[in-house]
Amino acid sequence: MSRERAVTARLPEQPDFLWAEAEPKPSYDVVVVGAGGHGLATAYYLAMNHGITNVAVVERGWLGGGNMARNTTIIRSNYLRKESAGIYEHALKLWEGLEAGLDCEVAFSQRGVLNLAHSLADVREGRRRVNANQLNGIDAQWLTPPEVQKVAPILNISSDVRYPVLGATFQPRAGIAKHDWVAWGYARAAHALGVDLIQGCAVLGVLREGDRVVGVETERGPIRAGRVALAAAGHSSVVTASLGLALPLQSYPLQALVSELLEQVLDTVVMSNAVHVYVSQAHKGELVMGAGIDSFLGYGQRGSFSVIENQMAAAIELFPIFSRAHVLRTWGGIVDVTPDASPIVGLTPYSGLYINCGWGTGGFKATPGIGWVFADTIAHDRPHPLAVPFSLSRFDSGALVDEHGAAAVAH
Amino acid sequence: MLSIPCPWCGFRDEIEFGYGGQAHVSYPAQPSTVDDGDWAAYLFFRDNPKGWFAERWMHRAGCQRWFNVVRHTVTYQILVSYPPGVPRPDVG
Repeated sequence: MSRERAVTARLPEQPDFLWAEAEPKPSYDVVVVGAGGHGLATAYYLAMNHGITNVAVVERGWLGGGNMARNTTIIRSNYLRKESAGIYEHALKLWEGLEAGLDCEVAFSQRGVLNLAHSLADVREGRRRVNANQLNGIDAQWLTPPEVQKVAPILNISSDVRYPVLGATFQPRAGIAKHDWVAWGYARAAHALGVDLIQGCAVLGVLREGDRVVGVETERGPIRAGRVALAAAGHSSVVTASLGLALPLQSYPLQALVSELLEQVLDTVVMSNAVHVYVSQAHKGELVMGAGIDSFLGYGQRGSFSVIENQMAAAIELFPIFSRAHVLRTWGGIVDVTPDASPIVGLTPYSGLYINCGWGTGGFKATPGIGWVFADTIAHDRPHPLAVPFSLSRFDSGALVDEHGAAAVAH
Repeated sequence: MLSIPCPWCGFRDEIEFGYGGQAHVSYPAQPSTVDDGDWAAYLFFRDNPKGWFAERWMHRAGCQRWFNVVRHTVTYQILVSYPPGVPRPDVG
């Protein structure tokens, strides 16, 4: 037997497909636009919680291949405002039972998140946020620099650096998960309940009769729908343009990167809003780091290298041992940012059309929570109580949910 | 990194510039008569096209002057830059 054949013989069996490709049917009760985490979770909870199984999820590219494959997988709920605490904490509680619920491993690891303070203003803001979190029933602590270093021993807490660590907020229940396993878990579970998953089928526009939305036009023909639910993230404005429905969104490139596989050196998540870097170490060993958004509007799924350079400069000062690591891959996703850095979820001026967008740089952590809430909103044709503050109409009324300054700069 | 043509200084690296979003957005002519919907449109709603886009940049580390650029939001190609107050050139 040749050496080559011996190697081939040891390869594992090709795994069974987790779901089957569907051809679009002429009509569905609900068409979900976008097979990212939010779209798949929405379809799953429509079927699971509301018994609505005549559902299609229509995806321009491939399943879980947009921002779902490009985020840095951080999960936390330590936002400032009670409206944000409501939705993100609902999501975190669902994360805690997700593997059992989906009967699927997603490598959810509650390793905690540190949000570093580098200035007196950061310290005040961090303490204020800890207080707000505790009032909202969210686990949060304020840590002094020595306590910070106990959680993350490789962190440089000396005072003679450009961004000294003056303390940090800590949420022990925060963590990470394997993003593609989450998408595949929801896809498999939704498919098992009868949901059609249609990849490679771009939605070109929304079909309407008067003020009622009645389906979508796709590159594979029209699909009629009783209800249309948008979960298209950075491309939401493009989808609603055919309706003349303007959304207060700006789509920006957001970059992230990984190092080569390293020994485990960091068993928590470290974020720094002031220097715009956030770091965790994936289960396999890569250091996963995210940056701030690029400054300019862009749909190119790539950004400028100067952003990566800034991020690396900050990371190496905070973690001197990272200077020996190499950047293996960098990439970009397109994030849809709202003026108040909070999402837009709920009804639209068109009956039968529901939107979920504007999650900006922080949508992954919300995946189970927004799937649950958006499905409930669609099923009952009214905003779920947790979605009420995030209506599109808040930009007319002025009731913004301002998470910019406090908690949502870096996600 | 983008290479951006400042109308006064020529091509410079993107890190010298600040971004100002959509160009040619005018302050309401009669602010006292503007209703909530129009204020919302002025304050919060900007075009978000996948394609050619007229946008503002400021040469922060150079002449510190604002100007407009027509740029493609997928390829990031820049067609033209022009001073503020000049109508958008008929390109893109």
